[in-house]
Amino acid sequence: MCLAIPGRVVKIFSEGGLRMGHIDYSGTISKACLEYVPDIREGQYTLVHAGFALTILDEEEARKSLETWEEMGEVIQMDEPQDSLRDSARS
Amino acid sequence: MTDFPETLSCPVPILDHDTVQLAHGAGGRLSAQLIEKLFLPRFGNDTLNRLEDQATLTLPSGRVSFSTDTYVVDPIFFPGGNIGELAVNGTVNDIAMNGATPLFLSVGFVLEEGLPLETLHRILVSMEAAAKRAGVQIVTGDTKVVNKGTCDQLYINTSGIGVVPEGVHLSAARCEPGDQVLLSGTIADHGMAVLTSRKGLSFQSRVHSDTAALNHLVEALLEVCPRIHALRDPTRGGVATTLNELAAASRVGIQLRGDSIPVKPDVRGACEILGIDPLYVANEGKLVAVVPGSEAEAVLTAMRSRPEAREAQIIGEVVSDHPGTVTMTTGLGGRRIVDMPIGEQLPRIC
Amino acid sequence: MKYLDEFRNPDLAQTILSRIRSLTTRPWVIMEICGGQTHSIIRNGIDQILPEEIELVHGPGCPVCVTPLETIDKAIAIAGRPDVIFTSFGDMLRVPGSHKDLLMVKSEGGDVRTVYSPLEALQIARENPHKEVVFFAVGFETTAPGNAMAIHRAQQEGLTNFSELVSHVLVPPAMEALLSSPHNRVQAYLAAGHVCTIMGWEEYEPIARKYQVPIIPTGFEPVDILEGIYLAVRQLETGRHEVENQYARSVRREGNRPAQELVARVYEIAPRKWRGIGEIPASGLRIRDAYAAFDAEKKFFVDDIQVQEPETCISGVILQGLKKPPQCPAFGKECTPQTPLGATMVSSEGACAAYYRYQRLAPETV
Repeated sequence: MCLAIPGRVVKIFSEGGLRMGHIDYSGTISKACLEYVPDIREGQYTLVHAGFALTILDEEEARKSLETWEEMGEVIQMDEPQDSLRDSARS
Repeated sequence: MTDFPETLSCPVPILDHDTVQLAHGAGGRLSAQLIEKLFLPRFGNDTLNRLEDQATLTLPSGRVSFSTDTYVVDPIFFPGGNIGELAVNGTVNDIAMNGATPLFLSVGFVLEEGLPLETLHRILVSMEAAAKRAGVQIVTGDTKVVNKGTCDQLYINTSGIGVVPEGVHLSAARCEPGDQVLLSGTIADHGMAVLTSRKGLSFQSRVHSDTAALNHLVEALLEVCPRIHALRDPTRGGVATTLNELAAASRVGIQLRGDSIPVKPDVRGACEILGIDPLYVANEGKLVAVVPGSEAEAVLTAMRSRPEAREAQIIGEVVSDHPGTVTMTTGLGGRRIVDMPIGEQLPRIC
Repeated sequence: MKYLDEFRNPDLAQTILSRIRSLTTRPWVIMEICGGQTHSIIRNGIDQILPEEIELVHGPGCPVCVTPLETIDKAIAIAGRPDVIFTSFGDMLRVPGSHKDLLMVKSEGGDVRTVYSPLEALQIARENPHKEVVFFAVGFETTAPGNAMAIHRAQQEGLTNFSELVSHVLVPPAMEALLSSPHNRVQAYLAAGHVCTIMGWEEYEPIARKYQVPIIPTGFEPVDILEGIYLAVRQLETGRHEVENQYARSVRREGNRPAQELVARVYEIAPRKWRGIGEIPASGLRIRDAYAAFDAEKKFFVDDIQVQEPETCISGVILQGLKKPPQCPAFGKECTPQTPLGATMVSSEGACAAYYRYQRLAPETV
């Protein structure tokens, strides 16, 4: 359900009475409606679903959650040899 | 793989009409004018110029490879190519996939009444260029015109003949456990180029089709490894369909490495937006090669030394497990089935 | 792609997995609500690498799967009219109605078009003033704002040839319906990250309290899903039952207010039938009277079409997580993605279709 893909707003403009944006998805650029993200600025990332931007992606939150696990990964590696995924996969 | 600059150097010949008329297909004066002014200047060669009802050919000795395909594509011009270029490259590739050297093509056109002759001319120019690049001659042809509204601008059929060199025996049924599966480059370029240039889907920048003739690449690969077991060009249905066909024909399993299949970043972006799996998207300038494991590296090196296969990869191997089924290992250590597609890939929201 | 690739990093996934393993002491049943999550779980083989105590149950979160048969039949009735251009997301075209699907209507001469956004349907209406343009407005809370915007714009522009066939469903009432069933096995939810992006998570807090289940708004990439499972297990093992947001880069507590406001202006909450489950009170959206001119059911008089679901398929039981697809006698035999008997085999995100596509090797690998 609800496929929504992250992309970067490269241009904001008005079309058909709506606030629209060009969104860059690693090189492919498509149009999306920005009416529901009134504060979004060019350069920010959003999630687009069915041609509508749903949110302004929070870079800080993304970084935090990744860093937490990266640090934990380092701790685990120091504590114990990483067991292979397959060892405890259902057999 | 060109964006039609040829039209600049080839002005449209002056004709009595600007658009295709029903009479252009009726065999009379307008038909003759179309052939003389439009077709012959582009495709002309000793065989075609005779304008007989058939081409009479002398073939080198060897087994003959013969293939036909009909091209319908919407839109007829797409980033990286057009229907004409596709019609030449597609049949050249079908012939080349059993190792044959393609030699001659026939071309049949179904034209919609009212099609601008300038459009037809642009398509012929790029067919001429594609035939030249592939080293094939267009030796016979036919044109029909149908009432406006009964076809979508134009359809093209091409058939082709090639000769298989001595000692080459390629077949989808020859894959063996231990073989490696090679892919000549990035996937999904053509299908996504066509899809993202369709009216309605609001794409601004577009990915480019990979349409290209593969016969020179095939020659180079066979030179390095005449024992290649199978070659296929993963067109409609994409790499997933081709691999399933190979697995079924050879009664073997194929195991893919999930992270080894190259996709260009912009193509991947387009696939993600529309919810389409690039494994199921058409390619028009790529091939899958199944080669004995001991020769995989040599074939890979040969591929990468050619411009049309620089991004070639070994994507998996043939196994005796799960015959008829293609599986893929995931980055996390799981495994999944790569099935045949059910129908055309439709953009989805969920 | 930024925000996708980092969250597909196998090393991070392994780290989270090892944390899940060291936390887990007992069997737990966790349901992922959203079909997109199911897809990602099966596609990445996440269910194969989890500790065996953790059972993932695939929820009803696929609007394609839960759209009732009679709505499909209404769509087919409208799409077959010569004065209509019928527009739909690609997902719905292959969903079988009682006798045929929308692709068959197209092959019989109906003008059925795939659109990627409801705004494209609106544009088709502008360009074809002499045709009736109908948009098949399906989806969960995530899709409703876009579909509401199309009606809102049509009204502002005075477009009288645009209408929507609405079959919108709401997630929290279905979650509650599952929890209150006497057969319920679900002990924690991974809530649908994109639904929560629009709606926030306030409405989940009373559910978490009342039924004592952890609810974790969760994203869609492997790292997201594993982290969601980790947070759920951590709560379960310590006896907590709270709403805890895994998908913080996208989901805020209050959700997307402008989107919620327009949805509430155009649509109102109504009872809705879920394919395979039956009617759930207050679990859908319908067009408000003020926008009745844009309601295709009223415009084309199809609101009296009523259909009984066939009894042969156990998709309702599957959707509630009471059985796994391979436990159905028809699975992979009479019922395949080419010949689906029911909702969960119809959509590529349906639990049965996902199992069929990715897991027929199960006897060897599991």
